[in-house]
Amino acid sequence: MSVTFWILAIIMVPAALGVLLVRKAVHAALLLAVVMISLAILYLTLAGPFLFAVQIIVYTGAILMLFLFVLMLVGVDAADSAVETIRGQRVLAILGGLVLGVFLVVGLSQIALGAATGLDDANAAGNIQALANILFSRYVFAFEVTSALLITAAVGAMVLAHRERLVPKAGQAETAAQRVRDFAESGKHLGPLPSPGVYARHNAVDTPALLPDGTPEPTSVSAVLAARGTVRSAPALADDVDDVRRALAQIDGPDGGAASGVDTSSGTGHNTENPGADASATDSPTGAPR
Amino acid sequence: MNDVTPYILLSAILFTIGTVGVLVRRNAIVVFMCVELMLNASNLALVAFAYQHGDLEGQIAAFFVMVVAAAEVVVGLAIIMTIFRTRRSASVDDASLLKY
Amino acid sequence: MFLFTEGGHSIPVVDPLGTAGVFSLMWLVIALPLAGAAVLLLGGRRTDSWGHYLGTAMPIGSFAISVYMLLDLLGRDETERSVSQHLWDWVSVGDFRVGMDLLVDPLTILFLLLITGVGSLIHVYSIGYMSHDPRRRRFFGYLNLFVAAMLMLVMSENYLGLFLGWEGVGLASYLLIGFWQHKPSAAAAAKKAFVINRVGDIGMSLAIAMFFVTFGSTSFTVISQGAGEAGDGALTAIGLLLLLGACGKSAQVPLQAWLLDAMEGPTPVSALIHAATMVTAGVYLITRSNFIFELAPHAQTAVVVVGTVTLLWGAVIGCAKDDIKKALAGSTMSQIGYMVLAAGLGVYGYAFAIFHLLTHGFFKANMFLGAGSVMHGMDDDVDMRHYGALRKAMPVTFATFAMGYLAIIGFPGFSGFWSKDHIIEAALVESPIAGVCALLGAGVTGFYMTRLMLMTFFGEKRWLKDVHPHESPSVMTVPLMVLAALSVLGGVLFIGHWIVDWLSPVVGEAPEHALPIPALALTAITVVVVAAGVAVAWLLFGRRPVPATMPIDVSPVIKAARADLYGDAINEGLVVQPGRVLTSGVVGFDHSGADGLVRGGASVVAGAGQGLRKLQNGFVRSYALSVLSGVLIVIVTLAVVNL
Repeated sequence: MSVTFWILAIIMVPAALGVLLVRKAVHAALLLAVVMISLAILYLTLAGPFLFAVQIIVYTGAILMLFLFVLMLVGVDAADSAVETIRGQRVLAILGGLVLGVFLVVGLSQIALGAATGLDDANAAGNIQALANILFSRYVFAFEVTSALLITAAVGAMVLAHRERLVPKAGQAETAAQRVRDFAESGKHLGPLPSPGVYARHNAVDTPALLPDGTPEPTSVSAVLAARGTVRSAPALADDVDDVRRALAQIDGPDGGAASGVDTSSGTGHNTENPGADASATDSPTGAPR
Repeated sequence: MNDVTPYILLSAILFTIGTVGVLVRRNAIVVFMCVELMLNASNLALVAFAYQHGDLEGQIAAFFVMVVAAAEVVVGLAIIMTIFRTRRSASVDDASLLKY
Repeated sequence: MFLFTEGGHSIPVVDPLGTAGVFSLMWLVIALPLAGAAVLLLGGRRTDSWGHYLGTAMPIGSFAISVYMLLDLLGRDETERSVSQHLWDWVSVGDFRVGMDLLVDPLTILFLLLITGVGSLIHVYSIGYMSHDPRRRRFFGYLNLFVAAMLMLVMSENYLGLFLGWEGVGLASYLLIGFWQHKPSAAAAAKKAFVINRVGDIGMSLAIAMFFVTFGSTSFTVISQGAGEAGDGALTAIGLLLLLGACGKSAQVPLQAWLLDAMEGPTPVSALIHAATMVTAGVYLITRSNFIFELAPHAQTAVVVVGTVTLLWGAVIGCAKDDIKKALAGSTMSQIGYMVLAAGLGVYGYAFAIFHLLTHGFFKANMFLGAGSVMHGMDDDVDMRHYGALRKAMPVTFATFAMGYLAIIGFPGFSGFWSKDHIIEAALVESPIAGVCALLGAGVTGFYMTRLMLMTFFGEKRWLKDVHPHESPSVMTVPLMVLAALSVLGGVLFIGHWIVDWLSPVVGEAPEHALPIPALALTAITVVVVAAGVAVAWLLFGRRPVPATMPIDVSPVIKAARADLYGDAINEGLVVQPGRVLTSGVVGFDHSGADGLVRGGASVVAGAGQGLRKLQNGFVRSYALSVLSGVLIVIVTLAVVNL
């Protein structure tokens, strides 16, 4: 038992310090899970098998998972900046923590508790039965109030998380009417957006569709990808187009010259998408930067 | 095993770490985790004392603490979500309009 | 019933009879002009068309009642000529009672006739004088208010009622001096008169408080009967306080500075309030309080000194002024000085003080109205250096003004001759220094009045361009003629010492006193002195042309006289500046000391709050830190205590 305690203590304290120190919240949650599972095992060593189970199931299983859910919602990447904004807060906090810890440790270590009684007698009829006896006799009223608390918490969480819909949800008819209205007002394309990746060598979502004249269509890729800058650029595509045409020219022979002329015009054409490549495209159509 | 003093000391250390965490961390969720750490530390003390005295009341108390913690986490996380929704931030320092 | 002084003079006490016959209408004398004022001031524009007629009718009505009462009094026995009427209890607190009582006795009736008679004439005159003023109705309302207050002053049977009238005339004076309130100078003059009068009123109110303390009453009857038992100190204090009040109201040194500026008001106001009636209230007060002053010889001496100084002071100022109204105002100050001097002489002088007051009321009102008539013809120009040779252009004004002139310089046979001559005579006997000063003053009076006459009516024309002097309408000249007649004939009151005998039930019988020189010789000396003053004036202003602009390089004496003998400067230096210093000191102490204590405490608390509220920085982690600090404090304290 002692060995178990020391092993777990050596695991738990660094893990708890990790919760305190790591910058990413998700890492802190995982370290906290380590502390909690270790605690569950400590409960087992302290003759509390029921609490062992509850700690694992409720704390680690439910509460900590809830933490992770919320972390996913608010952004798993979110990390604290290392700069303290409140002047003196960190120093004072650490100082206060040290004083508290020293006082607690020194104070508690001076207490002579005597030999532990142990729970063998109390748990003679089984730990769960013994707890149930106490819970449903002396603490039955508190137990019932706890249920009220849980219901209240559940309702409260729903109220807090609930978002009121202020306008009715737009249905299919309304959406269609809006599309036509947009077309009338701003000439926005009436039909569905073109799908990405309709080019033979790249059908990934980050590759824009090519129009019949060889120019890429920007609306065919997701705006999110465009904002991140992970869309394959038009010059890169032009390169691909160039490769294909060269291959075709080798096969077709004399027709290649005419095809090459078309290629040049398409090269300048798609450069409306990327003005920076315009000059290089005109003086050397094959040497567009990658 | 003679007594439960090491358990109590461990509990005190964990509690102190949780306290400092509450004071220095700014991400509301991490702060909340540190609060949970403090609750767990106190639970450990309760269970240890139950063992020391051979009385299950301590375990009952730890049980109630867990229940209350569960309720608290549900509501607390909902509040954090609401704040995040309006302020686009989970930092406790950003919710500081209620001041002098 | 009589009180007796140490000198053996008998002082009659006030012991009025109840009302009967016409005297039950006594209250109407005050009520009529008061009602007129109420109608005119509350009625507003509706009364514009006929308001001046109502305003004139009211004092005429009062005059009629007064004449009736005079006739009734004349038919009575000498001891029954004092009548009082109890209207209602004014103040009734515990044992302390002040009645709204009116008193008519030989002294009061003369004042009633002067106020209502001259007042009526001036009302009539004002109809013409103010005919072009858009606010004429309001002017008449104020005039009626003044007449009512002045009547209240002289008719009240107690000092509190007298004080009511006293303040009433002060208010009316303020309103009328500042009647042309669009002129900053008029507004300032009104304010000045009001403030200086308040200084005198402090004396009055303290004197009334002393009456309460000493006699438990303010009634003339009670006080005059109890004056014999009062202490000398109290009587002297009361006398000096009353003198202070009289100085303020009658423009006596040292409270004389307001009268010259008061000429900013319309001329009828100057004639009625600042020449004939209100400024003589101080003389009335001293005469009425003879039972106090007779028993307080020190106060009497002070009265003589004030009167003597003022009569010279005013005369010197009158010599140097080019503004016709201010020259007359200086003369008024000087003549009132004569009256105060006479009143200070005690039983020898009271009757002559009142006699001179009446004749002065006639001739000075006459001359002020004459001056108003001149101004009326000269487009409201008051500078005598722009006049000259007006006797042809305004024959009636000239003639009436000349009557007033002869009266004031004491031309034998005219009213002023009789009244002034006797004051000088009484003064020489009682107080030779004052008598010589009074004689000198008579000569100076002759000088400045002759100067005024010569500059205005004789010599070369010095008229400004576009000024066409013309005679005033008859509504203005008729009152002038009546007043001129009174100026000439005022002396009839003295036929057979009538006025002395008439007033003796009020002011006491003067014992015979021996003149150091024969009375006739003294009269001759007086006439010679006056003639000398006239001759000097003729030499200076009659023989050679008067410069049209004021000469600059003149002697310091003339400069001082032009500056009102530095009356304003003295006030400024002695009262205003120290007052300002004191005030700013007190204010400074109040701000830095008293307020500083209070504000300092508050700002310490506020500063602490400002500092402490920074703890509420909105950061939940700071709050958590303070919770931890609390926990640590508890733990450490427990540990320390347990150790």
